[in-house]
Amino acid sequence: MTRNLLNRIGQAAIVLLLAFTASFLLLQALPGDALLIKYQNPEMGLSPEQIAEIRVLYGADAPIWAQYGNTLWNFLQGSFGYSVQAGVPVNTLLATNLPPTLRLASLGLVFAILLAGLIAFAATLAPFAWLRNLLVSLPALLVSVPVFWLGIMLIQIFSFRFRLVPIINPSEFQSLILPVATLAVPITAPLAQILIRSLDEVQTQPFVAVARAKGASKLWVLWRHVLRNALLPVLTIAGVLFGELLAGAVVTETVFGINGIGRVTEQAVSNQDTAVLQAIVILAALGFVVINLLVDLAAPFIDPRLKRSIGATA
Amino acid sequence: MSSLDLFVARPRRLTLRGLRSIDLTLVLAWAIIAIVAAWAVAPGLFTPHSGTIGIAGNQLKAPDAAHWLGTDEIGRDVLARIIYGSVNSLSGAIVAVAVGLVGGTALGLFAGAIGGKIDDIIMRLVDVMLSIPGLLLQLSIIIILGFGTINVAAAVGVTTVASFARLMRSEVIRVRRADYVEAAFGSGGRFSAVLWRHVLPNSLGTIISYAALQFGTAILAISTLGFLGYGAPPPIPEWGLLISEGRKYLTSAWWLTAFPGLAVILVVLAANRISQSLRRTS
Repeated sequence: MTRNLLNRIGQAAIVLLLAFTASFLLLQALPGDALLIKYQNPEMGLSPEQIAEIRVLYGADAPIWAQYGNTLWNFLQGSFGYSVQAGVPVNTLLATNLPPTLRLASLGLVFAILLAGLIAFAATLAPFAWLRNLLVSLPALLVSVPVFWLGIMLIQIFSFRFRLVPIINPSEFQSLILPVATLAVPITAPLAQILIRSLDEVQTQPFVAVARAKGASKLWVLWRHVLRNALLPVLTIAGVLFGELLAGAVVTETVFGINGIGRVTEQAVSNQDTAVLQAIVILAALGFVVINLLVDLAAPFIDPRLKRSIGATA
Repeated sequence: MSSLDLFVARPRRLTLRGLRSIDLTLVLAWAIIAIVAAWAVAPGLFTPHSGTIGIAGNQLKAPDAAHWLGTDEIGRDVLARIIYGSVNSLSGAIVAVAVGLVGGTALGLFAGAIGGKIDDIIMRLVDVMLSIPGLLLQLSIIIILGFGTINVAAAVGVTTVASFARLMRSEVIRVRRADYVEAAFGSGGRFSAVLWRHVLPNSLGTIISYAALQFGTAILAISTLGFLGYGAPPPIPEWGLLISEGRKYLTSAWWLTAFPGLAVILVVLAANRISQSLRRTS
């Protein structure tokens, strides 16, 4: 058990190190120098010598392997370098912009879980075939909708047409309604798809028939017996959902003009601010790897049958 | 991305609809793809209006008989913009899928066939690519390559290499255990010949179906990147860019944003439907 745990953590660390190396090679070693873009701007009026001095200051003149070592060491200590464009440490940039994104993402996730659960339960329990078909195909429809377009449509319909959600001077609650709904959609779709399939699979198991034969209602069996067994496949896509949340945040924050990590990402790309983007990419990979690790480790507790076979699969 | 995980676990059909209704949606899906492809090839046949040049005094007209989907802020026909824009979205998606398909299939075939340490290394690299959210990976590539239609398409394509590779590898490992492949090896077939003659054709059905799914996903990704302003520069009528430009007139002209978005949704739905039908027959 302990060896297996260490093995998994080791694998996760290797994936992260490789991700760091790849992103370093891609983002730091290739052209598109953010320092030059900013300081070669004629408005700054800097001489080539002054620019060279600034490059020394940022460590951009060091040989590539030294830069790699330095950057890795700093990352391990939790220091992500400087944003050239904003002129502040990336850490500060992330710290100030993380809270709004975290709030948006966690509300979006909660909303998506509720919505996906509702769709899946309704699809499983729906009394008519046409209603079932409609609900089952709903996630496929949601997955085809561009998130940014959905956000714009929601603003148009609810803010401008029906004037339900004010755009000017909204309360904190009002300003979150539409972004959260927008962000929830790309999360709801895969969640509902996998939950519907999983519920459907578990329902064919003999123990469900037994519970039904004992006189339990359909809803009771679903809630008490089926759901618990159907949750494991849902957990396996937690890492993917995390990625979707981040991508959704970039788009949602841009559409709604919210300052957060998504906005920072979008601006980092526009300004070729590679240090910022690299930090965000590595943190995203870290989040993905840690979530998958936790899911792997938690699985045996959710489904004790896995305790025997743990470590059998990589 | 999520599409792979959902794709690998093959869904059981819940519906008991008749064959006729199933065929109808499939016919509709192919029709949508055919129409959009025709738009891309010969846009002039489908609209008398220009995709880039506006008519003075014709600004921000609501949809009517002359302009079915209305006009924009400089008097350009929105339908014409969508028709002329289809070539950007379609060619972008085709490039993206081609990059992912060729790169990923080759990588997965190689890894699955050769096995051992090299397989381990390749799959660890695939894990790394899959550990970074698709959009962030695309943005990382765009920040290096720069903005533009082709760069965006390439970025979307590179991002899908990992999932194609993983799918191909699992197919190869499945097919390799089949009796006829063992027999081909046993009767003296060279490694690469067996791979080419037996393993690849038998894995292709699943891969083609996944490519169709990725085509829809690529359309979505390209429109997202276009919306963020990293794709084709204005006045090129790219679908994502159309939506982005229409944002300024949200209060007065809903048709500027609504219709390009519907075009994206219809093409993506059609691609998904076709992918589903290919998967069932393969």
